[in-house]
Amino acid sequence: MPDETPEGGPTLTEESAGVLAALQAELGDAIVEHAIAAGDVVVRVKPDAWRRTAQVCKDKLGCDYLSFIAGIDWMPAPLLADEGSGDTSAPVQPREQTYGVAGSAGRYQAFAVVESTRRKATRAILKTDVADDLRVESWVSVYAGADWHEREAWEMYGFVFDGHPSLRHLYLPAEFEGHPLRKDFPLLAREVKPWPGLVDVEPMPGGGDDEEAPAVPE
Amino acid sequence: MTTTDLPEPGKLPDVDVDPSAFRHLADAQVNVELDTGDMVLNIGPQHPATHGTLRLVVRLDGERVIAADPIIGYMHRGYEKLTEFRTYPQITTLINRIDWLSSFANEVPFISAAESLMSIEAPPRAQYIRTILTELSRIATFLLFLGEMGLQVGAITPAFYGFRDREYVLNLIEAVTGGRFHPNFNRIGGLKDDLPWGFIADCRGTMQKVLASCDEFEDLVAGNPIFQARTRSIGIIPAELGAAYGVSGSNLRASGVDWDLRRDGVPYLVYNDLDWKVWTHPDGDSFARYWVRLQETRESARMVLQMLDMLPAGPIMAKVPRIIKVPEGEVFVNTENPLGEMGYYVISKGATGPFRVKIRSASFSNVSILPWLLRGVYIPDIITILAGLYFILGDIDR
Repeated sequence: MPDETPEGGPTLTEESAGVLAALQAELGDAIVEHAIAAGDVVVRVKPDAWRRTAQVCKDKLGCDYLSFIAGIDWMPAPLLADEGSGDTSAPVQPREQTYGVAGSAGRYQAFAVVESTRRKATRAILKTDVADDLRVESWVSVYAGADWHEREAWEMYGFVFDGHPSLRHLYLPAEFEGHPLRKDFPLLAREVKPWPGLVDVEPMPGGGDDEEAPAVPE
Repeated sequence: MTTTDLPEPGKLPDVDVDPSAFRHLADAQVNVELDTGDMVLNIGPQHPATHGTLRLVVRLDGERVIAADPIIGYMHRGYEKLTEFRTYPQITTLINRIDWLSSFANEVPFISAAESLMSIEAPPRAQYIRTILTELSRIATFLLFLGEMGLQVGAITPAFYGFRDREYVLNLIEAVTGGRFHPNFNRIGGLKDDLPWGFIADCRGTMQKVLASCDEFEDLVAGNPIFQARTRSIGIIPAELGAAYGVSGSNLRASGVDWDLRRDGVPYLVYNDLDWKVWTHPDGDSFARYWVRLQETRESARMVLQMLDMLPAGPIMAKVPRIIKVPEGEVFVNTENPLGEMGYYVISKGATGPFRVKIRSASFSNVSILPWLLRGVYIPDIITILAGLYFILGDIDR
């Protein structure tokens, strides 16, 4: 849902429009798509321009502050054991694989937010596609703080950051297998113990005189 | 190679400190004349100075650190994964426990993100009460810091004052929300309840107490020569490097960066209605971080006093559907929390729960600078640097 938003749809803030214009001038063809997310600009760049994007943000946009780098797995989560049991209170995600704002070429994406400490409300949300070989350009040479964020994305998604000095486990023990934030990594607690949502709608003691409808607080 | 050009600890407070003169400290060559051999020292995961389960592996030459490697994850609870299995109203329970000293402030950006996607705006009274409680959390968090920082350099008395004064503020938060630490009080579209009777008068009294105790801390701790000797020109973070590491909040303002998301970010809550000031300190050392937080505690108390006078009447909840479904979309909301920038990147696919939530917590980035910052310092300074950065383990590990 990029540019052709209907009237009254989301619009860029003044600062974000400036960020977008500067990025377009500097990166040109390297921008695959851009979109709006609640006033912020989301720019999706080609994977081979990922590090250059960071450099441009830092040098040309004044975005000297790295907020975070993380990954996304767009695959829909597999069905849970208790789904289909008739309990509709559990959060169920759509089954088809859709890609959010600014789109994606495949299942994995890396995204980051950079901000400016000198200009008011100036920030950019950047995304890049991650191909099947899971290789991403590292930002460590641009933003020193990318180190830990990339280690986290490496262990949580399996992304390999080219140019990162030492991809080691950050949170998880060294012998841990698997990538927990991937959608196909099961949350064992949910597999073992079903969603307790049904318990929540049991009638409360003193919740009402009649037997039929439990009192639901408005 | 000698170490004679390095400053001697203890001699520094008398001179005018020019931070640029000491920035090479972290890149310092360690003494290789005495071949003492390196020693690897393991600090933690349980240590009084680490506020939880942070483990530091430091390689030492004598008393000087050659390399430091923080080992985190002892408290990793996988909140980013858990959010994908919860509904939006249930998630506030989780995020209360990220930075447990200022839980209320954690809730605000997440709830704002959901509200922004649903195009709901909380009524003005709810916004004011949210701002008051956020600032009360900030005061509670900082009062603990102001006392505890003294404790880390060997002064036990301020810690008792810190805990005592924080308790007054926690009592206020408890009176409103029913919980001292985990209020779980925000709802999408407003708040669970209004302020209780007598809150405004109580709050005014407590803010006067806070202002008085800030003066006390200024005399007792910040003005203390021993405290200054232990903290001045120790652990200097250069502004540009701090920003590149994502160090935020008071830690970055103590390095002279005039940047506060309450004023400079995307506007949120009612900070634009208030008359207040962003405090900075040019030095970037542990003392500067203490000083900035001290001023910010005062500033927050003044803000609360202003808001109590301006508090509008009206409802505290907007019209919200009974079953909360958040429309498809993405939003990034970040706020100035006591420990720094707290942000949530929420991706929704139109269900009752989010598809993906990236939690950007302040302490994680604040602590990621430690390997650089600890290089070349002496062991006792590790403790003051850790205390001065002021992190919460739940906020690092999430």
